[in-house]
This record gives sequence, C-alpha cells and structure tokens, in this order.
Amino acid sequence: MCLAVPGRVVEIAEENGTRMATVDFGGVVKEVCLEYLPDLQVGEYAIVHVGFALQRLDEESAKQTLELFAQLGMLQEEFGDPWEQAAEAGGAPWPFEDDESDTVADPAVVGPVDGGHVSREARQ
Amino acid sequence: MKYIEEFQDPELARRLLDDIHATVTRPWALMEVCGGQTHTIIRHGIDQLLPDQVELIHGPGCPVCVTPLEVIDKALEIASRPDVIFCSFGDMLRVPGTGRDLFQVRSEGGDVRVVYSPLDALKIARQNPGKEVVFFGIGFETTAPPNAMTVHQARKLGIRNFSLLVSHVRVPPAIEAIMQSPSCRVQGFLAAGHVCSVMGMGEYPGLAARHRVPIVVTGFEPLDILEGVRHAVRQLERGEHTVDNAYARAVRPEGNPAAIAMLEDVFEVTDRAWRGIGVIPDSGWRLSERYREHDAEHRFSVTDITTREPAECRSGEVLQGLIKPNQCEAFGTTCTPRNPLGATMVSSEGACAAYYLYRRLDLTPVRATDPIARTAPLEASPVV
Ligand code: SF4
Repeated sequence: MCLAVPGRVVEIAEENGTRMATVDFGGVVKEVCLEYLPDLQVGEYAIVHVGFALQRLDEESAKQTLELFAQLGMLQEEFGDPWEQAAEAGGAPWPFEDDESDTVADPAVVGPVDGGHVSREARQ
Repeated sequence: MKYIEEFQDPELARRLLDDIHATVTRPWALMEVCGGQTHTIIRHGIDQLLPDQVELIHGPGCPVCVTPLEVIDKALEIASRPDVIFCSFGDMLRVPGTGRDLFQVRSEGGDVRVVYSPLDALKIARQNPGKEVVFFGIGFETTAPPNAMTVHQARKLGIRNFSLLVSHVRVPPAIEAIMQSPSCRVQGFLAAGHVCSVMGMGEYPGLAARHRVPIVVTGFEPLDILEGVRHAVRQLERGEHTVDNAYARAVRPEGNPAAIAMLEDVFEVTDRAWRGIGVIPDSGWRLSERYREHDAEHRFSVTDITTREPAECRSGEVLQGLIKPNQCEAFGTTCTPRNPLGATMVSSEGACAAYYLYRRLDLTPVRATDPIARTAPLEASPVV
C-alpha cells in the first residue's frame, strides 16, 4: 500500500470545492485529489498514492516506472480486485507450482485493464 | 549474475554494480527502511549481486506489518458492528488479529469495504447517512497526508458519520530507535523515497550526524536500490556520514509543504506501539483535539481487548533487522501466506512474504558469512 504510482493528468475539475483530476495510470483511470499539488496541469505527470498526487515527476521517469510496474505485476496489485487477491492469497495453491497459476504473486501478470479492474482473462 | 538481465537497463545495472564492487574494501551493513525496497531487493536478487562485504538488513518500513495487534483487534470489533461500514485498503484484509481477520468479519456479515482512496470512504459516508463509516487510517508519512485531507474534508463538509481509526507511524523516530538499540549493526540507511517526497529531507541531517551514519534517500526500483547502495558505500568507505538524495526525480529537499501543513493541522505527534517492536517515543500521529469527533477510538469506546500474539512468530526481530525471515522456525512450515502467523507474512511489503515468494525458489548456495546460512529451510520447501 505504500506503492505510489506515476500517472498522467487527463482532466481537471472542481468537486465540492476540492481540486480533483482524472489520472491515467498506463490504462487504468482513477479520480485523484490535487489539493497537495494545486498547480499540476493537464498532461503533466505526478506520483500518486491512495488517490492523492504527492509530487511532480518528469514524463520520461514516469513512463519508465509505469512500464516496470506493469512488467512486475505491481499495477495489478495496486488496481486489481482486492477481495479476489485476498481470497487467492488465502486459498490459492503455491504460486509457483505451475506456470498457469493465476495469482497476484505471479510477476508476469498484467494486461489490458478496464475501469480499474484487471480482468482474470487479461492475466492469463 | 543470473538476475541482472531482468533489470530494466541491464547495462546501467552492471555499471553500478561494478562501481560498488570496485569501491568496497571492508564489510558494511546497510538497512533499507522501506518494505517496498525489501521486495525489490529479494525479487531481483540484489543482495546476491552485491559484493559479499555489503549486507542489506531489512527494516521496519511496512505499515501493515507494524500496525499493533491491539489496533487490528479494535478494527475487527468496530467492523463487526451492525451500524458500521468499515473501509480499509486491501492490504489489511488478511492481517491476523487475535483469532481472525477482516476477511472473516465480512464473511460473518460485517460490512467491510475496500477502497482505493480515503476519499472513497468519505463518499460512502455521504451516501449512507444512517450508518457510521469508519476508515482504517494506517501508514507512514506517505499515507498520512491523504488521510489528514479526508478528515479535513469531512469537517469542512459537515459529514459527521465519518471517522478514522488512526495508527499512523513516522520513519525518523524508528531510525532513531534502531540506532539506539544495543544490538544494532546498521552502519548506513537507504531511506524510504516516497516518505521523503512528502516530508522532504529536513529530519535526516540531525540523525546522520548524531549517529554518524550515512542516510541515502532511495527509490523503489531495482536501479534505484543499486544507486542508493553505491552512494552509501562510497560515504562509508570515505568515513563520511551525510544525507544524499539518490531519488531526486521524486524528492525535493523541502518535500511537499502543503501536505506537511495539513498533516500538522489534523494530527499531532504521539508515542506509538509498533507490532512486534513495542512503543517508540514520538513515532506516530493521532488526531488532534480539534478533530476528536472524527476519531473512531473516541467514538466507539472499544474496551476489553485482550490481544494474543502467536508465541512462535518472530516478526519483531525480522522488523528490527535482527534475523532474516527464513531464520524463523515457523517460516514456510506453520507460517505461510495462506496461514500467516504474523503480519510480515501477509503484507505485500512484508519481509517474510518476500522471502516466501522469491527466495525459496533460489537454490544458489548462501554465503557462509550470511546469517541466512545458519538455517536451511530450502530443503523443506514444497516446491523443491
Ligand atoms: S515467518 Fe511467520 S511466524 Fe515467522 S516471523 Fe515471519 S510472520 Fe512471524
């Protein structure tokens, strides 16, 4: 949960007097609070943690980090279905028993995402 | 160097490693503070790529792992109440309390919800005025400002059915406590990068000077860790002990002033117990008096908590860097991610989980000087 993921600001809007943004994390889109980086603009990148932009990041580092996180399955850990992950961790077989194993621990899993949920199929 | 091809930039990794190998002349013990860094190290076998003289000691920087059992038990009790919607980050679902976890509370009918952001919990509170919505506010300096902002918003918008069960922790007092321990072997620190993105580096020069330890602000990616080690080893070899920033792309010396200001408005520093370690003075935050009405502990007087830690769990020693996870007798036998005895086996940033997921598959001989060599749980592993 301490993982902070770089994302790109797509849109900015005011919500209940709070500056909010739509942020794209390599395909997963989330609402993010900009109160701690109020001058962040559309198109810029920031490190986002639990829905808050915390520090600016240059585009190149942001893209590299995102690519790495995707490779390592860390976007899946961050944005996948937490109940499913907890159930798998609690009842799934030893994660490396076979190559087909579908667990959050599998470093190779991350795929196309929609609406913040990474589908099981995408991870095969 | 069997892992090096997996690095994002293997050439750069090799150069950094060569530099470290060329610089080191004596044994040094460095502690990576953050659990995310521990995972990167174990996952990429960085500890094995480093010269034998450089030992990495895993630090206490996993917020899920250090949340005291008593607070987990309070969370379980609050979450079981029929009038409560209990919101949490996903990592807390399977952290064992005394006898059960949040996952079980939900299967027993408790309304436990997982949110991505504390603001989502606030939204739930607004949509459910007839319910008490409680958010489990754990985490270090990276997570505390978002939670502080959420409480501030709740007050601003007059959302009274929202409260926070707070168990926030601070890194610098933990470093202080580690350095003061008589059994401390740490000679340098890789500080947690994202904590510093928020807090800046202001608290570190004093620590570095007082304890004569180099502190290198380090990121989470494999190359960041190598860069952090390179800075720390250089300083140690030269007899220096200053604060270096090896994560400048994300850390400004002043941190994020808006976040720090909000933290200081909503929270106040307090002594806090760390699971497995004990109370560290000034190492936590609690809601300040002005926000008392949003304090779940104040709102739900949860009493009669009797906590019971499994006797065989040595996570306290793991968190202090005194033993490596596979030196615990229960590791991989009575304690696995499926049946965890301690939080360090559950959390995605826990050291025991990292060893279970990555290290047990690694059958390369362990160095004789490495304390891991004294236990040999590899043979007991079900996969080998
Ligand atoms: S292996 Fe399990 S029992 Fe041993 S220290 Fe880690 S969490 Fe505790």
